[in-house]
Amino acid sequence: MHFGLAGAARRRWKEGAIQSALFVCAVVSVVTTVGIVIILGKESFGFFRHVSPAEFLFGTRWTPLLEPRSFGVLPLLCGTLLVVAGSSLIAIPIGLVSAIYLGEYASDRIRRIVKPVLEVLAGIPTVVYGYFAVSFITPMLMKAIPATQVFNAASASIVVGIMILPMVASLCDDALRAVPQSLRQAAFALGATKYEVSTRIVVPGALSGVIGSFVLAVSRAVGETMAVTLAAGATPRMTLNPLESIQTMTSYIVQVSLGDTPAGTVEYQTIFAVGALLFAVTLAANLGAHRVLRRFREVYE
Amino acid sequence: MTSWVETVSLTLPRRRRAARVFALACRLITWSGVVLLGVLLVHVSREGFQWLDWDFLTSFPSRFAERAGIKSALMGTLWLIGGTGAVSIPLGVAASIYLEEYARPGRIKSIIEINIANLAGVPSIVYGILGLALFVRGMALGRSVAAGALTMSLLILPVIVITSREAIRAVPGSIRQAAFALGATRWQVTRDHVLPAALPGILTGVILAMSRAIGETAPLIMIGALTYVAFLPRGPADSFTALPIQIFNWASRQQAEFHGLAAAGIIILLVVLFVMNGVAVYIRNRSQRKPQ
Repeated sequence: MHFGLAGAARRRWKEGAIQSALFVCAVVSVVTTVGIVIILGKESFGFFRHVSPAEFLFGTRWTPLLEPRSFGVLPLLCGTLLVVAGSSLIAIPIGLVSAIYLGEYASDRIRRIVKPVLEVLAGIPTVVYGYFAVSFITPMLMKAIPATQVFNAASASIVVGIMILPMVASLCDDALRAVPQSLRQAAFALGATKYEVSTRIVVPGALSGVIGSFVLAVSRAVGETMAVTLAAGATPRMTLNPLESIQTMTSYIVQVSLGDTPAGTVEYQTIFAVGALLFAVTLAANLGAHRVLRRFREVYE
Repeated sequence: MTSWVETVSLTLPRRRRAARVFALACRLITWSGVVLLGVLLVHVSREGFQWLDWDFLTSFPSRFAERAGIKSALMGTLWLIGGTGAVSIPLGVAASIYLEEYARPGRIKSIIEINIANLAGVPSIVYGILGLALFVRGMALGRSVAAGALTMSLLILPVIVITSREAIRAVPGSIRQAAFALGATRWQVTRDHVLPAALPGILTGVILAMSRAIGETAPLIMIGALTYVAFLPRGPADSFTALPIQIFNWASRQQAEFHGLAAAGIIILLVVLFVMNGVAVYIRNRSQRKPQ
């Protein structure tokens, strides 16, 4: 132990050094974001010297690897949209209903079974869901609907829906819990049934939290890669038919990086342009969701 | 004045019926999630079990399904996780110590916080693009274990920071005040009192973050982890493959045998993940039981 003045000075110096080192570690996250923005921006800039932004954003043909080359990103956006819509159709109702059941109906014992199951579903790697799609869901779909192609958006949507379901359920669960018990009791005292309390008091009372969780789940579905790459195919196409093979933004990026595309070429730069678009879409969704979520917390606290 | 009583008594059976139907629907829909997990696990184990033997663990990948194994993928994953842990655990824990114990409320702190929340929502493939441009090309690390581990570290850093901060925040303020009152410096308080008390929580978060890293596939494909590797990496500069990459490779083939191999790989992957999760839950429960 140092109680002398020299010891105090050394200790102060050491404390300052430690604080600076910790600060540097905390700043790594900011540097990561800056790095993502710079890299996406720089390479996209190179891309947009060859292709006009208007052609990129509004073109309806995406054939960057084949002659004649065309760089309209809409088919990829359309593919992403199709998967997002399909998976939301599955995950949002089931997730919300599960949250209502867990929060309003289920006994503690059932919660203790279902919650860990949802956690396990959330922890399964996406490539496993991709395998499940191609080896289980697609064959089943093809048997049920013969027009189904080997690679199709429906199969991918179903597994992505299963994948984001636990996220919707647990975020909605948090939101529903934040609704004060007194509101429920007031409604019960007026003679409302449990169904009426759940759908007319609790869910509306937690609406911003519920919507925030939907947006976060959608953003997750937009960025989902492996299941979509395995199940949905690699055919960029403007279609709303879920039984056809499509390509999403993420699976295009994987397709290029699996091949041998030399750095500096336009083909190589396309993954940064598509990646920048992907980043922008998910960032906007996440920022929006967090804003909505923050608002609902303020209401009851 | 009797009208509303009549209305209620007329509509009450219908409302009660609606309530019962809704309760039943809720129960069925929720349990369907449990059933789905069951179907997935049964399907994977039925497809993969026959391929699972000692040779599968100790053979290199091969274009002949009977001879293919996951030796290089398993070792590659070990290397990758070792490297990722070595980088991301100290970095993440240090960042969370800074944010919880040192940073004063203000603009810098809130910028870092918002930034970490957003990074947690960035798709993993975008980290792959970052890794490709920054580590593989920019730092000329090539398609190596080091590039993979650094990319993966950035990916799981937000997870580690968020969970570690929660663990540190749960340490009672009275412990800090007692130490400060005895003349300890901030670092002494953190190192000798806060960190030991927060350790179980931090460990749980770290294990969960690591299990995320084990299953991540997209960023590894981006940085060019190879799909066919018939050797073991001997250092951080060697190229490598990993378990999820190998599974992806097998699952993307048409032949049924390779789907069987993919399922067998998945069984190994899931066993590893379940064990890790089990350890995390065990640590969490044990630390909760112990009175502070």
